[in-house]
Amino acid sequence: MTDTAMGRVAEATPPGVARRIRGLSDRAIAWIFVAPTIFLLLAVNIFPLIWTIRLSFTNFRANRPNAEVESVGLRNYQRILTDADVWATMQATAHFLFWTLFFQVLLGFALAWLINRKFRHSDLWTTIIVLPMMLSPAVVGNFWTFLYQPQIGLFNYAVEFLTGVPATSFSMIGEVSLAPWAIVIVDTWMWTPFVMLICLAGLRSIPESIYEAAECDRASPWRQFWTITVPMVLPFLMLAVLFRGIENFKMFDLVVQLTGGGPGNTTTLTSIDLKREAFEKWRTGYSSAYAIVLFVTVFGLASIYVKALNKVKER
Amino acid sequence: MTRFLSGLARLRRGPWEMVASIAIGLGVVMLMQPFFLAAFTWSFLVLLTGTVLFIVVSHFPEDR
Repeated sequence: MTDTAMGRVAEATPPGVARRIRGLSDRAIAWIFVAPTIFLLLAVNIFPLIWTIRLSFTNFRANRPNAEVESVGLRNYQRILTDADVWATMQATAHFLFWTLFFQVLLGFALAWLINRKFRHSDLWTTIIVLPMMLSPAVVGNFWTFLYQPQIGLFNYAVEFLTGVPATSFSMIGEVSLAPWAIVIVDTWMWTPFVMLICLAGLRSIPESIYEAAECDRASPWRQFWTITVPMVLPFLMLAVLFRGIENFKMFDLVVQLTGGGPGNTTTLTSIDLKREAFEKWRTGYSSAYAIVLFVTVFGLASIYVKALNKVKER
Repeated sequence: MTRFLSGLARLRRGPWEMVASIAIGLGVVMLMQPFFLAAFTWSFLVLLTGTVLFIVVSHFPEDR
Protein backbone atom coordinates (compact mmCIF):
# COMPACT_ATOMS: atom_id res chain seq x y z
CA MET A 1 0.00 0.00 0.00
CA THR A 2 2.71 2.49 0.99
CA ASP A 3 4.44 1.97 -2.39
CA THR A 4 1.57 3.44 -4.38
CA ALA A 5 0.84 7.16 -4.74
CA MET A 6 -2.53 6.70 -3.02
CA GLY A 7 -0.82 4.98 -0.12
CA ARG A 8 1.66 7.81 0.25
CA VAL A 9 -1.19 10.38 0.23
CA ALA A 10 -3.08 8.33 2.87
CA GLU A 11 0.03 8.17 5.04
CA ALA A 12 0.71 11.91 4.68
CA THR A 13 -2.90 12.87 5.60
CA PRO A 14 -2.99 14.05 9.24
CA PRO A 15 -5.01 11.59 11.41
CA GLY A 16 -7.53 14.29 12.39
CA VAL A 17 -8.37 15.14 8.77
CA ALA A 18 -8.54 11.44 7.82
CA ARG A 19 -10.99 10.79 10.66
CA ARG A 20 -13.18 13.70 9.56
CA ILE A 21 -13.24 12.52 5.88
CA ARG A 22 -14.06 8.94 6.95
CA GLY A 23 -17.07 10.30 8.83
CA LEU A 24 -18.57 11.93 5.68
CA SER A 25 -21.15 10.29 3.48
CA ASP A 26 -20.49 9.72 -0.27
CA ARG A 27 -22.96 12.49 -1.08
CA ALA A 28 -21.09 14.96 1.15
CA ILE A 29 -17.75 14.05 -0.43
CA ALA A 30 -19.30 14.48 -3.90
CA TRP A 31 -20.55 17.94 -2.88
CA ILE A 32 -17.04 18.87 -1.67
CA PHE A 33 -15.62 18.01 -5.08
CA VAL A 34 -18.39 19.75 -7.04
CA ALA A 35 -18.60 22.87 -4.85
CA PRO A 36 -15.63 24.78 -6.40
CA THR A 37 -17.12 24.36 -9.90
CA ILE A 38 -20.57 25.47 -8.73
CA PHE A 39 -19.01 28.43 -6.97
CA LEU A 40 -17.11 29.43 -10.12
CA LEU A 41 -20.26 29.04 -12.25
CA LEU A 42 -22.24 31.22 -9.87
CA ALA A 43 -19.49 33.84 -9.68
CA VAL A 44 -18.60 33.97 -13.38
CA ASN A 45 -21.91 33.19 -15.12
CA ILE A 46 -24.98 33.49 -12.91
CA PHE A 47 -24.06 36.55 -10.85
CA PRO A 48 -23.11 38.71 -13.90
CA LEU A 49 -26.34 37.61 -15.62
CA ILE A 50 -28.50 38.65 -12.67
CA TRP A 51 -26.51 41.89 -12.34
CA THR A 52 -26.99 42.63 -16.07
CA ILE A 53 -30.75 42.06 -15.73
CA ARG A 54 -30.79 44.45 -12.79
CA LEU A 55 -28.76 47.11 -14.66
CA SER A 56 -31.02 46.82 -17.71
CA PHE A 57 -33.78 48.55 -15.73
CA THR A 58 -31.56 51.50 -14.74
CA ASN A 59 -29.81 54.47 -16.38
CA PHE A 60 -26.42 53.42 -14.97
CA ARG A 61 -23.32 54.61 -16.86
CA ALA A 62 -20.06 52.81 -16.11
CA ASN A 63 -17.98 55.94 -16.82
CA ARG A 64 -19.88 57.82 -14.08
CA PRO A 65 -19.79 55.36 -11.17
CA ASN A 66 -20.57 58.03 -8.58
CA ALA A 67 -23.62 59.45 -10.36
CA GLU A 68 -27.01 58.60 -8.92
CA VAL A 69 -28.54 55.52 -10.52
CA GLU A 70 -32.25 55.80 -11.29
CA SER A 71 -34.66 53.07 -12.16
CA VAL A 72 -36.12 53.60 -15.64
CA GLY A 73 -38.43 50.60 -15.75
CA LEU A 74 -38.82 49.13 -19.22
CA ARG A 75 -37.66 52.31 -21.01
CA ASN A 76 -34.32 50.78 -22.16
CA TYR A 77 -36.15 47.83 -23.74
CA GLN A 78 -38.70 50.18 -25.29
CA ARG A 79 -35.95 52.29 -26.87
CA ILE A 80 -34.10 49.27 -28.25
CA LEU A 81 -37.20 47.68 -29.73
CA THR A 82 -38.40 50.86 -31.46
CA ASP A 83 -34.98 51.90 -32.77
CA ALA A 84 -34.69 51.56 -36.58
CA ASP A 85 -30.87 51.37 -36.30
CA VAL A 86 -31.02 48.37 -33.96
CA TRP A 87 -33.53 46.82 -36.34
CA ALA A 88 -31.09 47.32 -39.26
CA THR A 89 -28.34 45.76 -37.14
CA MET A 90 -30.54 42.70 -36.52
CA GLN A 91 -31.11 42.37 -40.26
CA ALA A 92 -27.37 42.60 -40.95
CA THR A 93 -26.81 39.87 -38.35
CA ALA A 94 -29.56 37.71 -39.87
CA HIS A 95 -28.00 38.06 -43.35
CA PHE A 96 -24.57 37.16 -42.00
CA LEU A 97 -25.90 34.25 -39.93
CA PHE A 98 -28.05 32.72 -42.66
CA TRP A 99 -25.52 32.85 -45.48
CA THR A 100 -22.47 31.80 -43.45
CA LEU A 101 -24.35 28.77 -42.09
CA PHE A 102 -25.68 27.94 -45.56
CA PHE A 103 -22.28 28.03 -47.27
CA GLN A 104 -20.41 26.42 -44.38
CA VAL A 105 -22.79 23.46 -44.20
CA LEU A 106 -22.82 23.03 -47.97
CA LEU A 107 -19.06 23.29 -48.48
CA GLY A 108 -18.15 21.60 -45.19
CA PHE A 109 -20.26 18.56 -46.00
CA ALA A 110 -18.99 18.41 -49.60
CA LEU A 111 -15.35 18.62 -48.46
CA ALA A 112 -15.89 15.96 -45.77
CA TRP A 113 -17.52 13.69 -48.33
CA LEU A 114 -14.56 14.12 -50.68
CA ILE A 115 -11.93 13.68 -47.95
CA ASN A 116 -13.72 10.58 -46.69
CA ARG A 117 -13.04 8.87 -50.01
CA LYS A 118 -9.52 7.67 -49.30
CA PHE A 119 -7.06 8.96 -51.88
CA ARG A 120 -3.34 9.65 -52.06
CA HIS A 121 -2.19 12.36 -49.60
CA SER A 122 -5.73 12.76 -48.21
CA ASP A 123 -4.28 13.39 -44.72
CA LEU A 124 -2.07 16.16 -46.09
CA TRP A 125 -5.09 17.76 -47.78
CA THR A 126 -7.07 17.56 -44.55
CA THR A 127 -4.28 19.42 -42.73
CA ILE A 128 -4.12 22.09 -45.45
CA ILE A 129 -7.91 22.58 -45.45
CA VAL A 130 -8.00 22.88 -41.65
CA LEU A 131 -5.28 25.60 -41.55
CA PRO A 132 -7.58 28.70 -41.78
CA MET A 133 -9.43 27.60 -38.66
CA MET A 134 -6.22 27.66 -36.64
CA LEU A 135 -5.46 31.31 -37.42
CA SER A 136 -6.42 34.19 -35.16
CA PRO A 137 -9.58 36.01 -36.38
CA ALA A 138 -7.74 39.33 -36.01
CA VAL A 139 -4.96 38.11 -38.33
CA VAL A 140 -7.48 36.70 -40.83
CA GLY A 141 -9.43 39.97 -40.81
CA ASN A 142 -6.23 41.92 -41.36
CA PHE A 143 -4.87 39.94 -44.28
CA TRP A 144 -8.27 39.70 -46.00
CA THR A 145 -8.40 43.53 -46.02
CA PHE A 146 -5.25 43.32 -48.16
CA LEU A 147 -6.76 40.59 -50.36
CA TYR A 148 -9.84 42.80 -50.88
CA GLN A 149 -7.80 45.89 -51.88
CA PRO A 150 -9.05 47.05 -55.31
CA GLN A 151 -5.53 48.00 -56.52
CA ILE A 152 -3.32 45.26 -55.11
CA GLY A 153 -5.75 42.64 -53.74
CA LEU A 154 -5.53 39.12 -55.10
CA PHE A 155 -9.29 38.59 -54.62
CA ASN A 156 -10.21 41.34 -57.08
CA TYR A 157 -7.74 39.98 -59.64
CA ALA A 158 -9.19 36.47 -59.23
CA VAL A 159 -12.67 37.89 -59.88
CA GLU A 160 -11.33 39.74 -62.93
CA PHE A 161 -9.72 36.54 -64.20
CA LEU A 162 -12.94 34.52 -63.74
CA THR A 163 -15.60 37.04 -64.77
CA GLY A 164 -13.85 39.75 -66.77
CA VAL A 165 -15.00 42.50 -64.38
CA PRO A 166 -12.03 44.94 -64.01
CA ALA A 167 -10.29 44.45 -60.64
CA THR A 168 -10.10 48.16 -59.85
CA SER A 169 -13.80 48.78 -60.63
CA PHE A 170 -15.13 47.45 -57.31
CA SER A 171 -14.20 47.38 -53.64
CA MET A 172 -15.49 44.44 -51.63
CA ILE A 173 -15.26 46.19 -48.27
CA GLY A 174 -15.98 49.72 -49.48
CA GLU A 175 -19.32 49.23 -51.22
CA VAL A 176 -22.65 49.01 -49.44
CA SER A 177 -23.91 46.15 -51.62
CA LEU A 178 -20.71 44.08 -51.45
CA ALA A 179 -19.49 44.53 -47.86
CA PRO A 180 -22.08 42.15 -46.29
CA TRP A 181 -20.91 39.48 -48.75
CA ALA A 182 -17.25 40.23 -48.02
CA ILE A 183 -17.67 39.24 -44.37
CA VAL A 184 -19.69 36.15 -45.37
CA ILE A 185 -16.87 35.02 -47.68
CA VAL A 186 -14.16 35.44 -45.03
CA ASP A 187 -16.13 33.69 -42.28
CA THR A 188 -16.97 30.85 -44.67
CA TRP A 189 -13.31 30.55 -45.67
CA MET A 190 -12.24 30.44 -42.04
CA TRP A 191 -14.88 28.16 -40.50
CA THR A 192 -15.86 25.72 -43.25
CA PRO A 193 -13.02 23.41 -42.08
CA PHE A 194 -14.67 23.20 -38.64
CA VAL A 195 -17.95 21.99 -40.17
CA MET A 196 -15.93 19.67 -42.41
CA LEU A 197 -14.19 18.06 -39.42
CA ILE A 198 -17.49 17.42 -37.61
CA CYS A 199 -19.06 15.99 -40.78
CA LEU A 200 -15.98 13.84 -41.33
CA ALA A 201 -16.39 12.39 -37.83
CA GLY A 202 -20.03 11.62 -38.71
CA LEU A 203 -19.12 10.01 -42.03
CA ARG A 204 -16.41 7.86 -40.45
CA SER A 205 -18.84 6.66 -37.77
CA ILE A 206 -21.12 5.00 -40.37
CA PRO A 207 -20.39 1.24 -40.40
CA GLU A 208 -19.31 -0.08 -43.80
CA SER A 209 -21.67 -3.04 -43.36
CA ILE A 210 -24.71 -0.76 -43.87
CA TYR A 211 -23.46 0.23 -47.33
CA GLU A 212 -22.66 -3.41 -48.12
CA ALA A 213 -26.21 -4.44 -47.15
CA ALA A 214 -27.61 -1.60 -49.29
CA GLU A 215 -25.52 -2.78 -52.25
CA CYS A 216 -26.83 -6.33 -51.78
CA ASP A 217 -30.33 -4.81 -52.04
CA ARG A 218 -29.20 -3.09 -55.26
CA ALA A 219 -29.63 0.42 -53.85
CA SER A 220 -28.14 3.04 -56.18
CA PRO A 221 -25.31 5.30 -54.90
CA TRP A 222 -27.80 8.23 -54.98
CA ARG A 223 -30.29 6.30 -52.81
CA GLN A 224 -27.51 5.18 -50.46
CA PHE A 225 -26.49 8.82 -50.07
CA TRP A 226 -30.01 10.03 -49.19
CA THR A 227 -31.14 7.08 -47.05
CA ILE A 228 -27.89 6.19 -45.25
CA THR A 229 -25.28 8.95 -45.43
CA VAL A 230 -27.45 12.04 -44.91
CA PRO A 231 -29.63 10.72 -42.02
CA MET A 232 -26.61 9.32 -40.17
CA VAL A 233 -24.55 12.51 -40.54
CA LEU A 234 -27.52 14.77 -39.72
CA PRO A 235 -26.99 14.86 -35.90
CA PHE A 236 -23.34 15.84 -36.45
CA LEU A 237 -24.33 18.45 -39.00
CA MET A 238 -26.93 19.89 -36.63
CA LEU A 239 -24.33 20.07 -33.88
CA ALA A 240 -22.00 21.97 -36.22
CA VAL A 241 -24.83 24.38 -37.12
CA LEU A 242 -25.57 24.93 -33.41
CA PHE A 243 -21.92 25.72 -32.61
CA ARG A 244 -21.42 27.95 -35.65
CA GLY A 245 -24.82 29.63 -35.21
CA ILE A 246 -24.09 30.67 -31.64
CA GLU A 247 -20.54 31.73 -32.54
CA ASN A 248 -21.67 33.77 -35.54
CA PHE A 249 -24.47 35.43 -33.60
CA LYS A 250 -21.81 37.00 -31.39
CA MET A 251 -19.22 37.48 -34.16
CA PHE A 252 -17.08 40.52 -33.41
CA ASP A 253 -13.31 40.43 -33.98
CA LEU A 254 -13.23 39.28 -37.59
CA VAL A 255 -15.77 41.85 -38.79
CA VAL A 256 -14.23 44.70 -36.78
CA GLN A 257 -10.85 43.98 -38.36
CA LEU A 258 -12.32 43.67 -41.84
CA THR A 259 -14.85 46.46 -42.17
CA GLY A 260 -15.18 48.06 -38.73
CA GLY A 261 -18.95 47.78 -39.22
CA GLY A 262 -18.93 49.92 -42.38
CA PRO A 263 -19.49 51.25 -44.94
CA GLY A 264 -22.13 53.19 -43.04
CA ASN A 265 -23.74 50.58 -40.81
CA THR A 266 -24.09 47.83 -43.41
CA THR A 267 -21.87 45.33 -41.59
CA THR A 268 -22.56 46.47 -38.05
CA LEU A 269 -23.56 43.23 -36.39
CA THR A 270 -25.35 43.21 -33.02
CA SER A 271 -22.16 42.46 -31.06
CA ILE A 272 -20.38 45.45 -32.64
CA ASP A 273 -23.35 47.71 -31.94
CA LEU A 274 -23.52 46.44 -28.38
CA LYS A 275 -19.83 47.10 -27.80
CA ARG A 276 -20.24 50.68 -29.11
CA GLU A 277 -23.20 51.31 -26.84
CA ALA A 278 -21.43 49.84 -23.80
CA PHE A 279 -17.84 51.05 -24.18
CA GLU A 280 -17.91 54.03 -26.55
CA LYS A 281 -21.19 55.73 -25.59
CA TRP A 282 -21.03 54.29 -22.05
CA ARG A 283 -24.79 53.66 -21.90
CA THR A 284 -24.41 50.69 -19.56
CA GLY A 285 -28.09 50.33 -18.62
CA TYR A 286 -29.20 50.50 -22.25
CA SER A 287 -26.49 48.06 -23.40
CA SER A 288 -27.42 45.66 -20.57
CA ALA A 289 -30.98 45.57 -21.91
CA TYR A 290 -29.54 45.05 -25.41
CA ALA A 291 -27.44 42.14 -24.11
CA ILE A 292 -30.50 40.58 -22.47
CA VAL A 293 -32.43 40.77 -25.76
CA LEU A 294 -29.57 38.96 -27.52
CA PHE A 295 -29.23 36.44 -24.69
CA VAL A 296 -32.92 35.51 -24.80
CA THR A 297 -32.71 35.15 -28.60
CA VAL A 298 -29.73 32.79 -28.47
CA PHE A 299 -31.12 30.89 -25.48
CA GLY A 300 -34.52 30.39 -27.14
CA LEU A 301 -33.00 29.30 -30.43
CA ALA A 302 -30.56 26.94 -28.72
CA SER A 303 -33.41 25.37 -26.69
CA ILE A 304 -35.51 24.41 -29.70
CA TYR A 305 -32.40 23.39 -31.60
CA VAL A 306 -31.23 21.03 -28.85
CA LYS A 307 -34.74 19.55 -28.74
CA ALA A 308 -34.62 18.94 -32.52
CA LEU A 309 -31.13 17.45 -32.19
CA ASN A 310 -32.33 14.98 -29.54
CA LYS A 311 -35.24 13.96 -31.75
CA VAL A 312 -32.89 13.29 -34.68
CA LYS A 313 -30.59 11.26 -32.40
CA GLU A 314 -33.54 9.17 -31.13
CA ARG A 315 -34.53 8.15 -34.67
CA MET B 1 -55.07 17.37 -34.03
CA THR B 2 -57.39 15.95 -31.36
CA ARG B 3 -54.41 14.25 -29.73
CA PHE B 4 -52.49 17.53 -29.77
CA LEU B 5 -55.39 19.45 -28.17
CA SER B 6 -55.94 16.74 -25.58
CA GLY B 7 -52.20 16.85 -24.78
CA LEU B 8 -52.48 20.61 -24.24
CA ALA B 9 -55.48 20.14 -21.97
CA ARG B 10 -53.74 17.43 -19.94
CA LEU B 11 -50.55 19.55 -19.68
CA ARG B 12 -48.29 17.09 -21.56
CA ARG B 13 -44.74 17.99 -22.49
CA GLY B 14 -44.80 17.26 -26.26
CA PRO B 15 -47.63 19.55 -27.40
CA TRP B 16 -46.67 22.35 -25.02
CA GLU B 17 -43.04 22.22 -26.19
CA MET B 18 -44.36 22.51 -29.73
CA VAL B 19 -46.32 25.66 -28.77
CA ALA B 20 -43.24 27.14 -27.06
CA SER B 21 -41.02 26.29 -30.05
CA ILE B 22 -43.45 27.98 -32.45
CA ALA B 23 -43.45 31.09 -30.23
CA ILE B 24 -39.63 31.16 -30.18
CA GLY B 25 -39.41 30.65 -33.95
CA LEU B 26 -42.01 33.34 -34.57
CA GLY B 27 -40.15 35.70 -32.20
CA VAL B 28 -36.85 35.22 -34.03
CA VAL B 29 -38.48 35.78 -37.44
CA MET B 30 -40.18 38.94 -36.09
CA LEU B 31 -36.87 40.15 -34.66
CA MET B 32 -34.91 39.75 -37.88
CA GLN B 33 -37.44 40.39 -40.66
CA PRO B 34 -36.92 43.54 -42.74
CA PHE B 35 -40.58 44.44 -43.41
CA PHE B 36 -42.48 45.72 -40.34
CA LEU B 37 -41.01 47.75 -37.49
CA ALA B 38 -44.09 46.90 -35.38
CA ALA B 39 -43.26 43.18 -35.64
CA PHE B 40 -39.69 43.96 -34.51
CA THR B 41 -41.06 45.91 -31.54
CA TRP B 42 -43.21 43.00 -30.32
CA SER B 43 -40.65 40.30 -31.17
CA PHE B 44 -38.89 40.32 -27.80
CA LEU B 45 -42.14 39.79 -25.91
CA VAL B 46 -43.03 36.80 -28.10
CA LEU B 47 -39.48 35.43 -27.81
CA LEU B 48 -39.35 35.84 -24.04
CA THR B 49 -42.79 34.26 -23.61
CA GLY B 50 -41.74 31.31 -25.78
CA THR B 51 -38.45 30.83 -23.96
CA VAL B 52 -39.94 31.00 -20.46
CA LEU B 53 -42.77 28.70 -21.58
CA PHE B 54 -40.21 26.26 -22.98
CA ILE B 55 -38.32 26.13 -19.68
CA VAL B 56 -41.56 25.61 -17.72
CA VAL B 57 -43.15 22.99 -20.00
CA SER B 58 -39.95 20.93 -20.27
CA HIS B 59 -40.83 19.85 -16.69
CA PHE B 60 -44.29 18.59 -17.71
CA PRO B 61 -44.80 14.79 -17.87
CA GLU B 62 -44.29 12.97 -21.18
CA ASP B 63 -47.36 11.65 -23.04
CA ARG B 64 -47.41 7.85 -22.94
